Amino acid sequence: MADGRAAAKRQINSRLWLSGSWLLLLVIAALAAPLLAPQDPLAQDLFASRLPPLWQAGADPAYPLGSDSLGRDVLSRTLYGARIALVVALIAGSCTCILGAGLGLVAGYYRGWADLLISRFIEIWMAFPPVLFAILLIAVMGTGLTSIIVAIVVIDWTRFARVIRAEAMSQSAMDYVASAKVAGRKRFGIMVVEILPNVLPTIVVLLTLEMGIAVIVEAILSFVNLSISTDDPTWGSMIAEGRASIHQSWWVLVFPLITLFLTVLSFSQLGEGLKDHFDPVLR
Amino acid sequence: MTLIRTFLKRLVSMLITLIGVAVIVFFVIRIVPGNPIAMMLPPGAGEEDIARLKALYGFDKTLPEQFLIWGKGILAGDFGTSITTRQPVMSLVLGRLPATLELSIMALVMAVALGGALALAGTRQRGGKTEAVIDVTNGISLSVPDFLWGLLFILLFGVLWPVFHISGRVSPALDLPFVTNFYLFESLLRLRFDIWLDLVSHMFMPALALAIPLAAIIAQLLKQSLKETMHLDYVTLARTKGYSETHVILREALPNAILPTLTLVGVQFTFLIGGTVIIERLFSYEGLGNMAIDAVINRDLPLIQGIVILFAVIFTSVNLLVDLTYALLNPRLRHG
Amino acid sequence: MSFLKLEGLSAQVGALPILRDVSLQVEVGEVRALVGESGAGKSMIGKAILGTLPEAIRITGGSIHLDGENLLAMAARERRHLIGAKAALIPQDPLTALNPARRVGPQITNRLVDILGWRRKQAQARVIELLDEVHIPAPERVMRAYPHELSGGMRQRILIASAFAAQPRLIVADEPTTALDVTVQKQILRLIRDMQQRHGTALLFVTHDLGVVSKLCQSMTVLYGGKVLEDTTVDEFFQSPAHVYSAALLAATPKYTDPDGSLMSVPEAVTRSVEAEIAAHDHRRPG
Repeated sequence: MADGRAAAKRQINSRLWLSGSWLLLLVIAALAAPLLAPQDPLAQDLFASRLPPLWQAGADPAYPLGSDSLGRDVLSRTLYGARIALVVALIAGSCTCILGAGLGLVAGYYRGWADLLISRFIEIWMAFPPVLFAILLIAVMGTGLTSIIVAIVVIDWTRFARVIRAEAMSQSAMDYVASAKVAGRKRFGIMVVEILPNVLPTIVVLLTLEMGIAVIVEAILSFVNLSISTDDPTWGSMIAEGRASIHQSWWVLVFPLITLFLTVLSFSQLGEGLKDHFDPVLR
Repeated sequence: MTLIRTFLKRLVSMLITLIGVAVIVFFVIRIVPGNPIAMMLPPGAGEEDIARLKALYGFDKTLPEQFLIWGKGILAGDFGTSITTRQPVMSLVLGRLPATLELSIMALVMAVALGGALALAGTRQRGGKTEAVIDVTNGISLSVPDFLWGLLFILLFGVLWPVFHISGRVSPALDLPFVTNFYLFESLLRLRFDIWLDLVSHMFMPALALAIPLAAIIAQLLKQSLKETMHLDYVTLARTKGYSETHVILREALPNAILPTLTLVGVQFTFLIGGTVIIERLFSYEGLGNMAIDAVINRDLPLIQGIVILFAVIFTSVNLLVDLTYALLNPRLRHG
Repeated sequence: MSFLKLEGLSAQVGALPILRDVSLQVEVGEVRALVGESGAGKSMIGKAILGTLPEAIRITGGSIHLDGENLLAMAARERRHLIGAKAALIPQDPLTALNPARRVGPQITNRLVDILGWRRKQAQARVIELLDEVHIPAPERVMRAYPHELSGGMRQRILIASAFAAQPRLIVADEPTTALDVTVQKQILRLIRDMQQRHGTALLFVTHDLGVVSKLCQSMTVLYGGKVLEDTTVDEFFQSPAHVYSAALLAATPKYTDPDGSLMSVPEAVTRSVEAEIAAHDHRRPG
C-alpha cells in the first residue's frame, strides 16, 4: 500500500514539474520575445519565402526554423505567438473562472429561483455547439483580442458553473455550514467565508484546465481566420497557413503545432496533477 | 409509470431549452454590424433594390416581429431561405446532415471500440506494466483536443506517410449512383465496396481525431468501474465455476460496470458532434459544420439559425436517448 | 485417500505472512469445519483452494491436492476446469453473490452448459429439480427473476442449489449464514446439512461459530494467525480441547448449542501466549 502511494505521489510530482517547466519556459519566451526573435515577426521578404529550417539544404541561418510563403520567420512568429496565447490564457481563463464559479456558487448555495435560472441557462448553453458559438460571437463582435476573450468567457463559463454548483450544494449540506448559521452568520458571509475556501481547490484545478482550453479556442478561431487579424503572429493563424501549404513547406505547420501541443498538454497535466495533489486520499 | 412521467418531464425541459437556443441565436446574430443585404447586391444598386430585397427576407420588420415569423415558419417546417444560395435552409441543412451524422457515428464507434479494448486490456492486466502504459496513454489522449489530433494526423498520415486522404468526403472522380446523402451506408447496401473504401479512407482521420479524446475517457472510466466490479462476490463466484478471466470480465463484470460509462458517453457524444464543426473545416469535409462556418463568414443569417437549431435538436435528443437507454438497461429501474 | 489435501501451504501479502505452513485434509464425504477468529486466515484457505485469492496475495510454498492432482502445479486453464468441475463455493453474502444484471436461471445453468458441456434443456431440468430440492416454490418463475426481486434467504437457497448443480465432490462454504438473520440461519444450515447428506459431498465449512460446528461437522481445524493450532474431531474438541487457545475459544462461547450466542472474545492473555508460541516456532524453522 505504502509503496503504491509513494509511486503515485512521485508520478504526480514529475507531472507537475514537467508541465510547470514548459509553461515557465513559455512565459520567459513570451517576455523576452523581442530579444530572442531573430527577425521582426511581421516583416515579409518575398526573396526569403519558404526557406527550410536550419538543418536542411538551402536554409538561411537568419531563419533558423524556416520561413513561410510570405518570407516571415517561423521562429520569431512562434515566439511572439506565445505572447498572444498566454495573454488569452490568463485573461480569458480568469474572467471565465470568476463569472462561472460565481454563478455556480450562487446557484449551488442559494438554490431557489437563482438556481432554476442559472441551471436553465447552463442547459441551453450545453445545447450549443461551442466552436460554432464562438465563431458566431467573433463574427458579431468583430475580430480582435477583446472579442476573443469575451467569446471564450461566454462559451465556457458553464464549465465552471456546473462543477462549482454541485460542489457548493454538497458543501452546503455539511455540518460546519449549519453551525455557522446557528452562530448567526449572514448567508452571503457564509458563502464567502465558509463555502468558497472549500471549493477553492476545485476552482484552481478548473482554472488551470481552462487556460489550456482558452489557448486552443484562440488557435481554432485564428485557424478559421476570425481571430486577432491575419497578420498578427498567432499559433492558430500560422497553423492555418501551414495547413494550406503543407505539401510545399511542412515546417510552417510543424513548429507552431508542436508548441501548441506541448502548451495544451502542460496546462492539462498541471490541472490533473493539482487535482491529485489536492486529493486528500493521496495527500 | 414513473418512467413515462420522467420521460415527459424531460421532453418539456428539452423544448424549453430549444426555445432558449432559438431566442439567443436569433438576437445574437442580429447585432451583426455588416448588412447581409448589401453583400448580395452588385455595387451601385439603388435604394429601391435594397428595400425590395429587405422586404423579401423580412429584414424591414421589427426584431420581435421577425422572430415570430421565423418561429411560426419553424413550426411549419420552414426555416427560411438561405441568403447566399437562395435555397430553402431546410433542404440545404438536411442535404449536409448525413455527412456529419456518418462522421460522428463512425467516430463514436471507433471511440467505443478503442476505449473498450483499452479498458478490457487494462483490467485483464491490472497491476502490471500494461496497465501503467495504458494509463499514461489515456492521460495524454485526454489532454489533447480533437483539433490538435486532426492536425497531427494530417502531418503524419497525409504528408509524411500519405496513406489516407486529408480533404473532402469522397474522391471527386468517382461517379456516385446514390439517391440519399448517406453515402457510407448506401454504398454498403449497394455493395459498391470501391466507393465505400474511398469514403472510409477520407473519413478515417477526421473520425479518429474526434474519437481519441472520447476513447480515452471511456477507457479510463470503464476500467475504473470494471476494477471495482472485479472484487464483488458474484465475480469471485463465477471464477470458481471454471470460467476464464476474460469470460468473467465480459459476462459478469461488464454488464454492471457499463452503466456509468454509458451516461458519460452520452454527454461526451454531444461534445464530439460539436467537435465536427472544426474537424470538418480542418479536413474540408463537406458536412454541416463546414457549411456553418461558411454561413457565418457570409453572414447568411437564416442558414446560421437553421444549423444552430439543428445542432441543438441533435444534442438534446442524444441526451434524452441516453437517459432512456439507461432506464431500460438497468433492471432495477425497469422493474422499479 | 483424501479428496482435498493441503500440505505446508504458505502465503504472503508483501512480506506479511497470511498463511503459515497450513496442512489439512478433507476425506470424501467428510464435513470439516475451519474455525478461527476474523483475520485467522480461514477464508484465505478457501480462496486458495478455489483459486480466487486477491492479486496482492502470493502463495509462497506448499501444495493443494484436489482429487489427487496438485492445483499449484497445473496450468491456469486446466486448474480452472478441474475446480469448476469438482468443487464449488457457497458464498458468504447472498445479496452480492448473484449478478444483479442477469436473470437467476442462466446464472445457475450456464456453468453446466459452458464448462461441463451439458445440453441446455438438460441443465434447465436439473436446476429446476435442485431448486425444488432447496424448497423454492415455483422454480420456473424464480429462474426468470432478477436477483433484486428475491429475498436474502431465497437467494442463499439459490446459491446452495447452484453449488450442488454440477455434482461437485467438494463444497467450500464461506460463512454462508453470517449475512442472514437468525431465523433464516437455522433453515439454511439444516438445508446445507440435508443437501450434503443426500449428495454425499465433502464440505469444508468456514466459520467462527462453534454452535454451527457442533451441529453440522464431524472434524475441525482451528486456526490462529494463519497457522493450524489443532486438528481434531468435533466430539473430541468439545469434550477436551487439546490446545489452550481452543479451550479459551470454547469458554468464550456462552452456550455452544445456541447459534446466536456466538460472540467470541478470547482472553488477551491466551492470544498473547499463542502468539509467543507461533513466534518461537517460526524461529526454530530455518528461513
